[in-house]
Order: sequence, then C-alpha cells, then structure tokens
Amino acid sequence: MKNLIKSICLTTLLVSTSAWAAGGGGPIFHMNVDTGNQKSLQRGAKTFVNYCLSCHSAAFSRYNRVAADLGISEANMRENMIFTGAKLGDTMTVAMTAQQGKAWFGATPPDLSVKARARGADWLYSFLKTFYIDDSAARGINNKMLPGTSMPHVLWELQGFQALKTADEHSDHGDDGHGAANHSPFKLAVAGQQTEEEYDRTIKDLVNFLVYLAEPAQLQRKSVGVGVLFFLFAFGIFAYYLKKEYWKDVH
Amino acid sequence: MSKQSGGIIGWIDDRLPIVSFWEDHLSKYYAPKNFNFWYFFGSLALLVLVLQIVTGVFLTMHYKPDAELAFASVEYIMRDVEWGWLIRYMHSTGASAFFVVIYLHMLRGLMYGSFKEPRELIWLFGMMIYLCLMAEAFMGYLLPWGQMSYWGAQVIVNLFGTIPYIGEDLAVWIRGDYVVSDATLNRFFALHVVAVPIVLLGLVLAHIAALHTVGSNNPDGIDIKKNKDANGVPVDGIPFHPYYTVKDIVGIVVFLFIFSLVVFFAPEMGGYFLEHANFEPANPLATPEHIAPVWYFTPFYTVLRAIPNPFFGVVAMGAAVVILFFLPWIDKNKVRSIRYRSFLYKVNLAVFLVAFVWLGYLGMQAVTPMASQMALRLSEVYFIFFAILGIYSTRRTAAYYLFWFVAMVAIITAYDVFRNNADIAALTWKTWAIPVGYLFVTLVLAAFTNLDQDKPVPERVTG
Repeated sequence: MKNLIKSICLTTLLVSTSAWAAGGGGPIFHMNVDTGNQKSLQRGAKTFVNYCLSCHSAAFSRYNRVAADLGISEANMRENMIFTGAKLGDTMTVAMTAQQGKAWFGATPPDLSVKARARGADWLYSFLKTFYIDDSAARGINNKMLPGTSMPHVLWELQGFQALKTADEHSDHGDDGHGAANHSPFKLAVAGQQTEEEYDRTIKDLVNFLVYLAEPAQLQRKSVGVGVLFFLFAFGIFAYYLKKEYWKDVH
Repeated sequence: MSKQSGGIIGWIDDRLPIVSFWEDHLSKYYAPKNFNFWYFFGSLALLVLVLQIVTGVFLTMHYKPDAELAFASVEYIMRDVEWGWLIRYMHSTGASAFFVVIYLHMLRGLMYGSFKEPRELIWLFGMMIYLCLMAEAFMGYLLPWGQMSYWGAQVIVNLFGTIPYIGEDLAVWIRGDYVVSDATLNRFFALHVVAVPIVLLGLVLAHIAALHTVGSNNPDGIDIKKNKDANGVPVDGIPFHPYYTVKDIVGIVVFLFIFSLVVFFAPEMGGYFLEHANFEPANPLATPEHIAPVWYFTPFYTVLRAIPNPFFGVVAMGAAVVILFFLPWIDKNKVRSIRYRSFLYKVNLAVFLVAFVWLGYLGMQAVTPMASQMALRLSEVYFIFFAILGIYSTRRTAAYYLFWFVAMVAIITAYDVFRNNADIAALTWKTWAIPVGYLFVTLVLAAFTNLDQDKPVPERVTG
C-alpha cells in the first residue's frame, strides 16, 4: 500500500501527461556499425533517398555534405539521389507536411537526422528486420520492435513479407539442416527481390548510413582526436621534465 | 613589497599595483611543498571554468534560444558551423568534467580537513560555487531542447511546486508559464549565459582571495605559517610560481588527455554525458518512460526518491546539500588530515564515499522495491556520516557513544515501524542491518576499543 502511494506520488510529481507512445523492449538483433566503410555508406544513402526520404526528412543534413563525406560526385548526387528538385546545398526535407503525415499514416513520420543517436543502431536494424504479417494489426503488418507501428513495410519489395513461425515450426528447427543457428521467429511468406542475405546487407548499409547521418562529424572526429592526443603526449613529456628541473631544489 | 621602477611595468605599477599583485598571489605566495595528487583539482576547476566560458561564448554565437529553433540550431552547430561539433562536445563534456573535478576537489577538502578553522569561508564560498554550478548545469541542460532537457526541467521545477502554500505559484513564476515552454527556455538561456556566470566568477574570486588570505592547507593538515625562517618565509613553503605553475601544467596536460579521450572518442560517454533520449526533440505531449537526471545530480535525486512524500523528499534532498555547508561546524576535531585521524574516522569516510557513489548509481536506475529500500538506507547512511563526524570531534566516553548508538538506532527503527507494511516487510528488516551495522561499527566499536584514537600530528610536513 505504501509502495502504491509512493509510486502515485512520484508519478504525479514527475509526470503530467500521457505515457510515452513508443513501447517495445531492447533490440533483438545486433549489428556492427562501420562508418569507415564508404561503399556501405553509399549503398545506404541510395536506399535512404529511394525508400525513406519520401516520407521521412533528414532536415538537419545537406545533400552536398553527404556527397562530400561519402565520396559521391556532385553530378552523381544531383542526377541519381535528388528527386525533389532540391539544390545541392539544401537540407534533405520532404514535401509532405507534418499534418499530412499524421492524416495519412496516423502519426507524423519522424525526422531521421539524429534518429540513430536517439535509438541506437541495433534498434534501427532490428526494426527494419522485424516487420511481419499480423492479421490483427490495422494494416495487416506489425513490427516486433515497435508493436502497432503506423509505418508500412516500405522495403517489402526487397525483403518480401515474413510471417511469425507457428509453435511447430519453431520446435522442428533442429531437422531443417541449419541446426540450432536458426532461431529466427520468422519465416518468409512472400518472396522479395532480394535473398535474406542481400536484404540483411541492405538494411545494415542503411543503418550504417543513418548512424553517419546522425553525426557527420564522426568521420573526422577520431582522426583529429588522434592528432590532439599525440600533441598532448609530446607536450606532456616536456612539461614533466620542466617540472622535474624546477623541483630539483625542493626537499 | 619590491617596487619596480622605470619601463612599462614601472609606469603601470605606479598607477596600478600589478607587481604586488603578482607577488602576493604567485611569486611570493608560499604554498606548502607537500601537495600531492589531490591538489591538482583546484587549478583544474579553474581551467574547466575558462574552457566552459570560451566554448560557451562561441556556442552562443550560433545557438537560438527559441522553442521552435533550439533543437535545430544545436544540430546546425554540429553540422554546419566550422568546428562546431568540437566546440559543442567540449562544452558538453566540460559540464561533466567540471563536476568530476569539483567532486574530487571537495573530497580533498574532506580528507585533509581543508574546511576547518581558519578556512571556513573558503569552504562556504566553495559550496556556493557548487550550488551555482548545479544551477548552471541544470539550466544549460534545457537549452538543447531535447526530450530529457524538457522533462528533466519539468521534474526539477515541479519540485518547487511541492512546497506548501507557495509552491504552485513559485513553480509558475520560475517557468514563466504553466508548463516548461518557450518562456522558460528564454529565461534559462539568459540565466545560463549571463546571470549565473557573473555570480560564479565573483564567487571564484572570493574563494581564491579567502584562500590566499589564510594560506593553503596540505595533506598533513599542518599550519606551515607556524614555522618561518628569518625572512618570514615558511620553511615548508615554496613560491606558487614557478613551482606549482610548472607542476599544474603537468596536471593540466594529463587532464586534457583524458578529456580529449572523451571529446573525440566517446562524446556521449555511453549516454551518461549526453543522454540518448535527448536526441529526440522536446515533446510536451510525450513523457519519456524513464526520466533520469544527468549523473552528477543522481545522488541527490535518489535521496529525493527515498522518501514517499514529495515535499519531505524535497526537504531531504535540500538537506543533503545544505548539510555540507555546515561541515566546518560539524567536524570540530583539531586534527585536520585523514593521515592522523583514527581508524574509525577512515571507516566512516569510506562508508560515506561508497554510499554517495551508490546513491548516484541508484538515481540512474528505474525504481524497484529493492532499489527504493536501498535508496532509503543509503540516504540514512549519508546523513549518519555527518552525525558520526560530529561525534568524532573529540574522544568521547563509552556512555556517550552508546547513548547515540541507541538513540539513532531507535530513530531509524521507529521510522521503519511507521513506514512498514506487509509488502516490504522482508526487505525493510533485511536492509535495516545496513544503517545499524554502520552505527555499530562507528559507535559501539568506538566505545569499547581504541580504534577511535587519533594519531599525533608531526611538527613539520612530511614528504
């Protein structure tokens, strides 16, 4: 009872409006991020502008910055990656307004500029990997990371559609030849253009790009840091011997 | 005082006493020669202060204190401003570094009795600096206008709302609105970049002026001014400049090395320096499921959460900070340094440090029944520490120790009986052993052994 009172007091103290809309647990799958892999970032950028940028903006990011950071020529960028008539120096916005997004999807598709820093790469990877057919969901499609998400499975033509395995299918994974490795809760119901491996690479590249997008400075940050540390180390040697020299006469 | 004659220096010195200032505070300010590792943190705090002001000025050039623009302007700094990311990371890492340095600086004061007579004013100015820093950090954290900025500010301002009668009005007055809004952001910006820094700089001057009036303490806690040579120079003192300036440069380089490791390789520090949820723009309609303050506030946040009644929680949290102000009048023991204090004093301090860090850890975690019991127990330990410190001001009789042991155990037990219920009974009585065991070691052992005996203090500094 006291605990209840306590939690109520704390809740009224801390919280004044509705609960956080996003539910779900921690990430299901893990991926290794490598923003040093420029080819991967380029493929991710391609997927991003083709599939994501129609609804999701990246309003803090500029096309020419992405081009420069990813080693994409400006001509290439202009011809193959800008579909909105935007100029190279423009930010990556979408034509759809927040109100339209809300009306069409039920929720405004969030800006993706810093999404990877808010959610983490594993969450995004798991999100993109766990769309599945669910007749109980409003659109017939649900997601493991964000149950009840209003986002359609935009990459369906690449992945196809997957469905949850039944209890039987779960138990007989031992004799499917893959042994214990096949723990995936999903099976492919409708094939897409890509194999499972290809799709996995596609979304890993995409998440890699989103991680870059969330902090473009990370590409130069570490190399500047190494220089700074070398300087400090060298300076520290001089500082140490200077101190030693001065302190010789202190006893 | 020597008088410089002629030249530019002489010309200025005739009109402004720069030479005597230089001598009083640097070249003829005699500091004890036995400063150790712990004495780096004063100059490091000054370094971080300068770092925060300089980076802050540059951030102010690009930041927009407007609820519609703030979040985007921070990302603009991160992406479009030349070296903006570096300036921003230095500032955000600097905030945490400031608290690391200040906490270690305060611990130094605690260990070597630097707050004791005649340095009470230094301690008080220092505590006021600490309060200003908390205000500065809290208001600065609102500025990026992310989810944690917004809801953190909401929580903290609501704390004022728990005060009876005036609370609600006070909270509205602070926010300038009924919820945290553009008005709040604007005023916090003004306070963060103008008002608090001015007060802070004034207090830092007062802190250093008071220090240079009475002189620095040292790891032995010995007054070096009692031992002077024919020229009136302390035998165990050395001029601050050049000895400690060259030494502090080494400390600064080491500090900057560690600082750079964070700035360049882990600016988020795994979510402790920059919280992940703060990369979501502030949304007044969506409360994050878990609101955690930044790490440097979490010990006090846990004390707040340890008491179910919000108002008394706020009182306890306030008391946890305010009690530090009274340290010079709580610990009246003549022996300053931990080196010459009793074994039980060391145990007392060690338990306090563990409790403080643990409280900080709990403040970052979600509340579970066990965590909330531990929050209360460690809060009790936090306050008992000061009681023991006062009792250890001198050696007491066995009866005195036992009286306070019984009295404090009775108070703790009475509160447990009052708050207890079937749900938490097992946890309550299991964790009851924590404060009682602590009191047993520090008081009952003191009553029946010699472990409360301080050691003789040498005449001259050692090492």
